[in-house]
Amino acid sequence: MTPLYGLILAGGASKRMGTDKAALDYHGKPQLQVAFEVLTPVVERCFVSVRPGQTSDPLRFSFSQIVDTVDADGPAAGLLSAHRAYPDVAWLVLACDLPMLDRGTLDTLITARNGEHVAVSYRSEHDGLPEPLCAIWEPEALDLLEQQVASGRICPRKLLINSPTKLLEPHKRGALDNINTPEEREDATRRLKDLPGGPMIRLTLEYFAQLRELAGTREQSLETAFATVGPLYEELREKYAFPFEASTLRVAINGDFAPWTQVLKDGDHIVFIPPVTGG
Amino acid sequence: MASAPVDLSMLREDLHLAEAGGFCTFEGWVRNRNEGRPVDGLEYESYEALAQLEGERIVAEALERFEISQAVAMHRTGSLKVGDVAVWIGVSAPHRDAAFRACRYIIDEIKHRVPVWKKEHYLDGDAEWVACHHCQTAPRASEAGAHDHEHDHGSCGHHHH
Repeated sequence: MTPLYGLILAGGASKRMGTDKAALDYHGKPQLQVAFEVLTPVVERCFVSVRPGQTSDPLRFSFSQIVDTVDADGPAAGLLSAHRAYPDVAWLVLACDLPMLDRGTLDTLITARNGEHVAVSYRSEHDGLPEPLCAIWEPEALDLLEQQVASGRICPRKLLINSPTKLLEPHKRGALDNINTPEEREDATRRLKDLPGGPMIRLTLEYFAQLRELAGTREQSLETAFATVGPLYEELREKYAFPFEASTLRVAINGDFAPWTQVLKDGDHIVFIPPVTGG
Repeated sequence: MASAPVDLSMLREDLHLAEAGGFCTFEGWVRNRNEGRPVDGLEYESYEALAQLEGERIVAEALERFEISQAVAMHRTGSLKVGDVAVWIGVSAPHRDAAFRACRYIIDEIKHRVPVWKKEHYLDGDAEWVACHHCQTAPRASEAGAHDHEHDHGSCGHHHH
């Protein structure tokens, strides 16, 4: 697999926020530093993307930087400048305005890399389209983006839509909510304070047979921030020492078999189904 | 799904149609040994609503796939003793070949797909949920999206009957 480098986009103008988004404090330190600390352990090298005028900015100067060398509007400039600096590596690209982002969301993205797709990205919870700024861009995708930008279309999201992108269901609800305005910032701060880990939904779980005995209950109600049942099962498996790997189970949501990738809704009824032994 | 013994002659009655030239049944019984251990009885637990739904789908598939007149399937839940009927499949058809094949199809699909789990009680007082030792690994959960409703646990050689 091509080496994976990390890139945090911190060259934006933050026009709607009215103040530098990279400097905002959601977790007791600047958001740029938070993003850098979550990304660094999962990539070989980590950089902050900046505009030429920002290199000695007090917030930015201490990080390894990639300065824009490509002239384009929007995030494409940062992506293509990174690609120009290191053309043979893949980039895990992160916006710096994702205060809800969690490590599991990055790990899931990295695990999903394969030789077949030019990018790995999450499906937006808001419009179902790929999220380009928490995504892995293989060199091929950046070559394609270069061509697209040269023809006047600067939108990275458009490139992912039109290319063989591996699209994942959200790992954790709300993890990729990007915070652009003072109102959104206020809301995000409240969510982070009240509900660590993002907005929660309530689920009913029903257990049968061996899982019922190990969980010590037939039915339970719980709150989760996970967007799909996979990470929820891993958490329960740990808690109750369920012997089954997720790969051997099926899952039923609201009374019928469902794909593991189905996005959970508040009030869903979940049953994990171990290998059946009837007949 | 039945939580108490069922009158089998009543199940047979539904199959006895004028167009049918015969019928074929499979009865699964509780056996007195499993993998070398003397068995005293079994307990079947089901996710009843989904077991019923999936069982109805299997019967509908059999009616679709084979030239048969009618098909009935019954699975017990609760405590059963050695010799009790645990599962009953009946298929009537104009000609016998389709009846045999449909009967085999229904029992095989039930064993792979219907959410029912078996706990064995042994003569020595021990009890264990039966493991599906021979199950192949299903597609990884993270990849299951591509298969959606199609993925099952693969071929399971753990035939009890």
